[in-house]
Amino acid sequence: MNLDVLAGCVATASCFVTQVSTGLIVGMLLFLVASGLSLIFGVLGVVNFAHGVFYMLGAYFAFAAYEATGSFVLALLAGAAGAGLVGIVFERFFMSRVYGKDLLMQLLVCYAAILICDDLVKIVFGADYKLMGMPEAFATAPVEVLGGFIPGYYIFMVGMALGIGAVLWLGINRTRLGKIIRALAINPQMVGALGINTRLLYAGVFGMGCVLAGTAGALAAPVRTLTPGMGLSVLIESFIVTVIGGMGSIPGALVAAILIGLTRAFGAIGFPLFTDGLMFALMGLVLILRPSGLLGARTA
Amino acid sequence: MSAPPNPGVPILEVKGTDVFYGASQILFGIDLAVARGQTMALLGRNGAGKSTTFKAIAGIAPPRRGQVLLSGAAVSGKAPYLVARAGIGYVPEDRQVFPEHTVEDNLIVGAKAGPRGDRHWTAERIYEVFPLLAGMRHRMAGRLSGGEQQMLTIARTLMGNPDILLLDEPSEGLAPIIVRAIGDLIRTLRGMSVTILIAEQNMHFCLGVATHATVIDKGQVVYSAGIDELRGNDAILQRYLAV
Repeated sequence: MNLDVLAGCVATASCFVTQVSTGLIVGMLLFLVASGLSLIFGVLGVVNFAHGVFYMLGAYFAFAAYEATGSFVLALLAGAAGAGLVGIVFERFFMSRVYGKDLLMQLLVCYAAILICDDLVKIVFGADYKLMGMPEAFATAPVEVLGGFIPGYYIFMVGMALGIGAVLWLGINRTRLGKIIRALAINPQMVGALGINTRLLYAGVFGMGCVLAGTAGALAAPVRTLTPGMGLSVLIESFIVTVIGGMGSIPGALVAAILIGLTRAFGAIGFPLFTDGLMFALMGLVLILRPSGLLGARTA
Repeated sequence: MSAPPNPGVPILEVKGTDVFYGASQILFGIDLAVARGQTMALLGRNGAGKSTTFKAIAGIAPPRRGQVLLSGAAVSGKAPYLVARAGIGYVPEDRQVFPEHTVEDNLIVGAKAGPRGDRHWTAERIYEVFPLLAGMRHRMAGRLSGGEQQMLTIARTLMGNPDILLLDEPSEGLAPIIVRAIGDLIRTLRGMSVTILIAEQNMHFCLGVATHATVIDKGQVVYSAGIDELRGNDAILQRYLAV
């Protein structure tokens, strides 16, 4: 433990600002991945254990598009759309066959998808680390806040994630499609009897969840090293976020993701060897005090 | 409702329909025809096959033999959502409202154009015909009473502008005064020439709202006639409906 260092950082504005901004971008990436996971679980009732794959695919698709075109906008779109398309194919041909089946069957299908996709990425892109590099538009001097420096890209990422979260929340709660999707989560047979193609909608919701993971991967590409298997740690942290925030709650995922991001950023200073343990401790605490998560339905 | 094509053809026809649940046969060659503007009661004891007949029509329990025709076109074998889009408005038993949606959001989920693109039923029109729902449009459907939920499920299906409304046991589990209100509502819809097929155990309720009746017993049609004829037929009433 390095509590003195931690206390010193919290007391120093510049260190504090730097760690908060680091924590926020970790949190925002987790928020996007976890809200996709939460959306899929909330509507389809399945846990997409392969969700990390779509984060990885988003990053690699963005990397490939950026190498080919040099446009970061196209890279973002390629990451989001590519992950979404693969997600729809995965849902239609594999996942939909194990709905309502034994959890182990679902786990097996997802685990197979993880192994196959990781190897496909290895074959196409190679097993070594890849760096996408910072897009030119963000190659500016960092913004100074209270003596700490925040890269412009961090601010962009936080804005994007919050914007996507807001659109998602409004879409689910205010639009007709969102109302149908919430009804689908509760009584799919009745939704079908009202003339709505529920299978199409399931595929769409699954694809949307994968778009969120892919967007997170694409946003992470400039600030992370790309490696086959990079989805796994994100998947585990997203599970922690969904458990802390409450399954199915988007605002809950946001609060929990920021908490986990800050825990990691400050934990890395105060408890460098126990950062993962801190996250699980936080999860355990929430599970004891509020078993359905911070913002989950109380009656779960 | 806009007039479906082929005015001479019944809106709904069930022909020689057999339905099985696994190995056991539930329906044996059911024949049924509902003409435009009729309110047909499907009567029979508990377990006679009324709900299964409805599920066969709605595509949820597809018939192994026989056909379901809507204005002369086959709908049997189609997925339930396609049967609904073809114009069959199925209201299942047990009042399956979406409890965490408001009354208005329940209606919005049910909204769709009818089979010929018509949108006669809008939320505003629903509130005129169901004034009780108008005052509750922002209330969560799960907080409504049983009778209010029953009205909402009927209204929600009407929002899909169906050619025929299938009501499965609308009076089940409701207090007599509420059953009367549901009856008034069905008579109002009948007056607007909505075609209705209604499955009921409550014979008195049906005698008050229906124009025609079909009686089924052990998965077979045993009697079909105008409602006045049934009212005068003590033998049928005694034998199959036990009054």
